Amino acid sequence: MDTMRRQQQRWRHRWETGIEWLLAGAALVAVLTTLGIAAVLVAESLPFFRVVSWRSFLTDTQWTPLFAEPRFGIGVLLSGTITSSAVALAVAIPCGTWLAMYLSEFATGRFRESVKPILELLAGVPTVVFGYFALYTVTPLLQKLWPALPGFNLLSAGLVMGVMIVPYVASLSEDALRAVPMSLREGAYALGATRLQVAWQVVLPAAFSGVAASYVLGISRAIGETMIVAIAAGQQPRLTFNPLEPAATVTTYIVQVSKGDVPYGSLSYRTIFAAALVLFLLTLVFNLAADWIRRRQRLHGRVL
Amino acid sequence: MTNPATTDRLSDRAAARIRWARQLERGFVLAAWALLGLLAAVFLALFAGVLQTGWERLQPDFFLTFASRRAAQAGILAAWVGTLVVMAVTAVVAIPLGVAAGVYLEEYARPGRLTTLIEVNIVNLAGVPSIVYGLLALGLFVRLLGLGASILTAGLTLGLLILPIVVVATREAIRMVPQSIREASYAVGATRWQTVWQHVLPAALPGILTGIIIGLARAIGETAPLVTIGAVTFIAFLPPAPFSPEAPFLSFDWLWAPFTALPIVTFDWTSRPNPAFRPNAAAAALVLTFLTVVMNATAVWLRYRLRRRQLW
Repeated sequence: MDTMRRQQQRWRHRWETGIEWLLAGAALVAVLTTLGIAAVLVAESLPFFRVVSWRSFLTDTQWTPLFAEPRFGIGVLLSGTITSSAVALAVAIPCGTWLAMYLSEFATGRFRESVKPILELLAGVPTVVFGYFALYTVTPLLQKLWPALPGFNLLSAGLVMGVMIVPYVASLSEDALRAVPMSLREGAYALGATRLQVAWQVVLPAAFSGVAASYVLGISRAIGETMIVAIAAGQQPRLTFNPLEPAATVTTYIVQVSKGDVPYGSLSYRTIFAAALVLFLLTLVFNLAADWIRRRQRLHGRVL
Repeated sequence: MTNPATTDRLSDRAAARIRWARQLERGFVLAAWALLGLLAAVFLALFAGVLQTGWERLQPDFFLTFASRRAAQAGILAAWVGTLVVMAVTAVVAIPLGVAAGVYLEEYARPGRLTTLIEVNIVNLAGVPSIVYGLLALGLFVRLLGLGASILTAGLTLGLLILPIVVVATREAIRMVPQSIREASYAVGATRWQTVWQHVLPAALPGILTGIIIGLARAIGETAPLVTIGAVTFIAFLPPAPFSPEAPFLSFDWLWAPFTALPIVTFDWTSRPNPAFRPNAAAAALVLTFLTVVMNATAVWLRYRLRRRQLW
């Protein structure tokens, strides 16, 4: 009897340990995915960097992978990415912050609880649909105001990208603003401050790390956004910071090559992995920065 | 002794400042309303534009025919079937892995370097652009493992893509389960896994479900990773059926079949120079938007009900 129970206990123990290992394995998939991404991007772009030096990759002012004498200056594609992202953030950061401040400090609880889910629904619209909207609705509208605007341009893509990011920034910033302890607001009210003064001079500075983290995540989103620019911004690589021009971004180029415009296995085919490596590193920096800012706020918040 | 004239002037100035502060505040609120109105107008314009252009194409035929070179005869049969089966694979990949990882991090993991490493990775993966997942899939699944541009590849890719969403939702739902439920279970002699499986997971299920639906809604609209793995845009047959009347009755051949999907055909039709394809693009975009909005609305509704019917 006793040995049977002991055996049963041993089995149960093994079963429990096995489960724990299984669960840990599932959690490790996240680490493996990151490693997999890094390994694939590095391994596939190594042959490219054997032919093209890092220096010319980073400093060349031409991106002409299909020419007889190809030039690979990633700066050309980055200029498109930077310009469209700048337009998007010029829309998303002020609008998102404004909305977050209104929802957190002025709106009634009921209004906020009905607006936030709607924002979430809108943020869930597929980006390819936003791309259609940019190309066929926003661009013709802008052309009425500015007839010389080309059919493909960074402005329209950037504006729509900004609208797409607004709910994201607003929702994350609102969470940060509402996490500010009530006592801070009450202290300011006791001194006779108005709601706007409290929101602007007390709550926003106190929640700034959380708000800043939402901006950084917004930047990371804008840089990685693919379908809107691929549809509405044109596919011609061009070194420009003028949003009124068409230009390819890093992501557009990857889509263009993947759709089969460039021969498989060639040097220019390898470039998509090099371009994606740049994209991955850029977003990695921004994502880790946002995480670091948020962690710092959590420490800071405990002091408050 | 105070001079009455001075206090008068002082209170005048104070009153003016208060008026100014009130005006500023009113201006801020009005601007916020204007902003909300503008945002609503933009989204209305989006839906109106798609609806106006695509409505006429939304006939039964559109759902029951394959793609065609002639715009008026092209349909989305292969696309919606493709989306459906890819989503099935995505769910099979992301749900067990995501829930297991969430359970591990909340119920088993001890604070330490490994746990921090996993957590940082999940945070970062949530922000990696979807097109980078596409290149991971191109290098790993399509080429190294030789799975080709198949339904299996697409499902694995999208599964990895939404994994962080499922993990984060699972963790949040598990954290909401009160400690007393675990203690009660341990008190009657349950093991850790019995506690998790029989008490914590059922209590956290609605929250986990919300996260799963939001994740799948995200996956359904993803275009870029499917483009990079080489999903075809023109396909005139369906994947082989998973069931057959003869033994062995079940077949997994469909996993290796080439496919197309709703976002892919939407992209293809949108970027064609021929304007005849625009109504098709709009109609496909409409179907896609409808699917994601319905899924996200279900998630919102589920969360709302969950909050009202809190058991503790």
